[in-house]
Amino acid sequence: MIWGLFKPKSEKGVTTNAEGARPSAQEARLESAPPASAPEPMATAPANADQGLFGRLFDGLKKSSGRLAEGITGVLLKKKLDQETLDELEELLIRADIGASAAERITKSIAKDRFDKEVSETEIKEALAAEVAALLRPRESTLDLSRGPRPRVVLMVGVNGSGKTTTIGKLCALLSAYGAKVVVGAGDTFRAAAIEQLKAWADRTGAAFVSREQGSDAAGVAFDAVRLGKSTDADVVLIDTAGRLQNRSELMAELAKIIRAIRKADESAPHETLLVLDATVGQNALSQVEAFRTTADISGLVMTKLDGTAKGGVLAAIGERHALPIHFIGVGEKAEDLQPFAAERFARALVGLGPKPG
Amino acid sequence: MFDALTERLTGVFDRLTGRGALSEKDVEAGLREIRVALLEADVALPVVKTFIARVKDEAVGEAVIRSVKPGQQLIKIVHDALVDMLGGEGPPEGLRIAGEPPNIIMMAGLQGSGKTTTTAKIALRLTKLDRKKVMVASLDVRRPAAMEQLATLARAIHVDCLGIVAGQSPEDIARRAIQTARLGGHDVLILDTAGRTTLDDDMMREAASIAGLARPSEILLVADSLTGQDAVETARRFHERLPLTGLVLTRADGDGRGGAALSMRAVTGLPIKFLGVSERPDGLEAFDARRVAGRILGQGDIVSLVEKAAQQVDRDEAEKLAKKIQKGVFDLDDMEKQLTQVLSIGGLKGIMGMLPGVQKLKNQVSEASLDDKQIRRQIGIIRSMTKQERAKPDLIDGKRRRRIAKGAGVDVAEVNRLLKMHRSMADMAKAMGKGQLPGALGQALGMGKGGMRAPSPEQIKAMAAKAPSQGLPGLPGLPGAKPLGLPGLPPLGGSGLPGLPGLPGSDKKST
Repeated sequence: MIWGLFKPKSEKGVTTNAEGARPSAQEARLESAPPASAPEPMATAPANADQGLFGRLFDGLKKSSGRLAEGITGVLLKKKLDQETLDELEELLIRADIGASAAERITKSIAKDRFDKEVSETEIKEALAAEVAALLRPRESTLDLSRGPRPRVVLMVGVNGSGKTTTIGKLCALLSAYGAKVVVGAGDTFRAAAIEQLKAWADRTGAAFVSREQGSDAAGVAFDAVRLGKSTDADVVLIDTAGRLQNRSELMAELAKIIRAIRKADESAPHETLLVLDATVGQNALSQVEAFRTTADISGLVMTKLDGTAKGGVLAAIGERHALPIHFIGVGEKAEDLQPFAAERFARALVGLGPKPG
Repeated sequence: MFDALTERLTGVFDRLTGRGALSEKDVEAGLREIRVALLEADVALPVVKTFIARVKDEAVGEAVIRSVKPGQQLIKIVHDALVDMLGGEGPPEGLRIAGEPPNIIMMAGLQGSGKTTTTAKIALRLTKLDRKKVMVASLDVRRPAAMEQLATLARAIHVDCLGIVAGQSPEDIARRAIQTARLGGHDVLILDTAGRTTLDDDMMREAASIAGLARPSEILLVADSLTGQDAVETARRFHERLPLTGLVLTRADGDGRGGAALSMRAVTGLPIKFLGVSERPDGLEAFDARRVAGRILGQGDIVSLVEKAAQQVDRDEAEKLAKKIQKGVFDLDDMEKQLTQVLSIGGLKGIMGMLPGVQKLKNQVSEASLDDKQIRRQIGIIRSMTKQERAKPDLIDGKRRRRIAKGAGVDVAEVNRLLKMHRSMADMAKAMGKGQLPGALGQALGMGKGGMRAPSPEQIKAMAAKAPSQGLPGLPGLPGAKPLGLPGLPPLGGSGLPGLPGLPGSDKKST
């Protein structure tokens, strides 16, 4: 089914970086380094979107990793891998929000076989990327909405301002573009104009839109949306929720209520509960994952705003502790800027490496 | 928002103060722990390094190691460094509203940092506290319904909002807003702008051009307290492109660790003007570096507590109660009012966050899930009593207890517990009626034997002045000292909260 959003990985679906990001002189040099084994299979969006899509992903990540890359380049002017270099390497990881403990672990692991040996810049970058990618590869997973009982009910949760409504809007646009029949439930009944914001997305894409007045019960909206999805034989029901800080127990209780209401309309739902994380958030993201896991039993993650200067390194710390798939990253404001998460690419871009050659 | 950091630092300090002498090695080890604590609290690395270097500089000197209480000495050094990092000893800076109206305030920040909500909060604050005529205008032509969001918020708080004209550029809207505000006789115009990443050159240029034509007297960078290491980068880049005048940190009520506050201030040198602390339009607090530093180090923030109490408490009610207590009377009606007040001041956790030395206790409270729900339940129990019973608790015999329990939907045991709690509160009231206000706080508040009134603003200021960097004198449970049980809540100014001995439900056995 074409709209199986970012279909399960196809073996041949390798996307190269096309014209999107032309390798700079430095990267060209890096790419001439011993190429690694097999190309990474990439989850791809529909064929026509391919090139620009990944160009943009890489662009966004490249921008964000620029500073980290510079830093490492600076560090590795020295040839021998000594303690000082390692300390600086660790600090660079910390600056990417990977977290103090994960940074220490990764640095140690890199040092294991290389300490006091001559190392090249490329080598250490590759090692760093490989280490982060290894952490995240098991978390790489496409969101397949083409299987299972219909309609697939997707619930979006997260703290205020993380980008839930925008992500739903983008998902709605992408799914509709693939021909899926979508119902959108405006479950953020708290924030002023959140309903209008989502309605604008739904109108643009022709999705059915369910809302109630601002201030009304979000659980009711969720229930209505699932019911409408069932009665109109929709493929996907996307439900927005108001932002809530994870330490506000009354708001978390409200979220639990929304889920109960959804279950009343469809026992198997929500089929996907996605936690939306803002890339600028630091170590607090860990506490968010824990709290939302407990209350909403989240099934996957989305990381937004990776087009800024923030690096989102906390994903590595999360990946280390939680076996939660990371489905998407957001690298811009347009619908196509919602990209499938690819561990290898993310990790390489994070340390300032281009996509693997080959 | 600094809870996690507080917890970590308290741990480090406990170890350091637990011993008589400190070697240089001990200090080094302590500093390493502080470094990790700060990093885990998302304080930006360059800021952490500067901070540690400074503390080390001052701490390894003879003065600390040879001093009688080296641990305390170190805490003081860390405290002072924190205060400096957060903005120095001066009073919090307000908004610059002077000169020919309309004074313009421009808001800037990343997407989702909370600009629009903060715009409304500042508008409400200026309207209510400073009696200014305020207009707000949204220049966000990008995000769908962003303008409607501000218009809706403005309506809710009864502040004027610039009418929406579709298709105008942000610059044009700004010009129209200034014109409209001038004609409308508004004192202040707040321009809310679209969220932007600092890497988006066009958007950054647009922001600079708006600032250029509007010439705001304040340009506030709105940032999320939950921000990680990126805080420095974002602050620096915005500061490069815009003549920022101050910072607003939103979501300070989250369980973030407040590192962003420390980092952003340190990098830009700009004052943090406000903290956003809730989703409600009045959830905006002036930022006071010294108090926040106190909170981070687990030394509490009594001044905030008293201020908050003074704001929330009905003066007449309070005086009535004070008179009653002077006579040694404290009935269940009074208790209900007290409990209601605890809720209105911010609930148990809110209060405890501001009390010195109760960090650990606070965690126990959380663990025992002793929360505001229980207070509400207790209010429910009292409300299930008759007027007579409330005035004369002695009337309540076994039969009545059963009836009350039924009415409130609780166990009889819970009613018993409440009555027991009331008993001890009433006893304390009796003692106070005789002029034996317990604790040094009575003196600190300048209310010895006489009446207890809501402290005037001057009194609050005097208190603040009295509070040295190490916390209020004579308060129980200074950092390091083991809190001995729950220090009875001090009588809050005016509210005459006669120490809640044995907080609701703290009696675990019977729960």
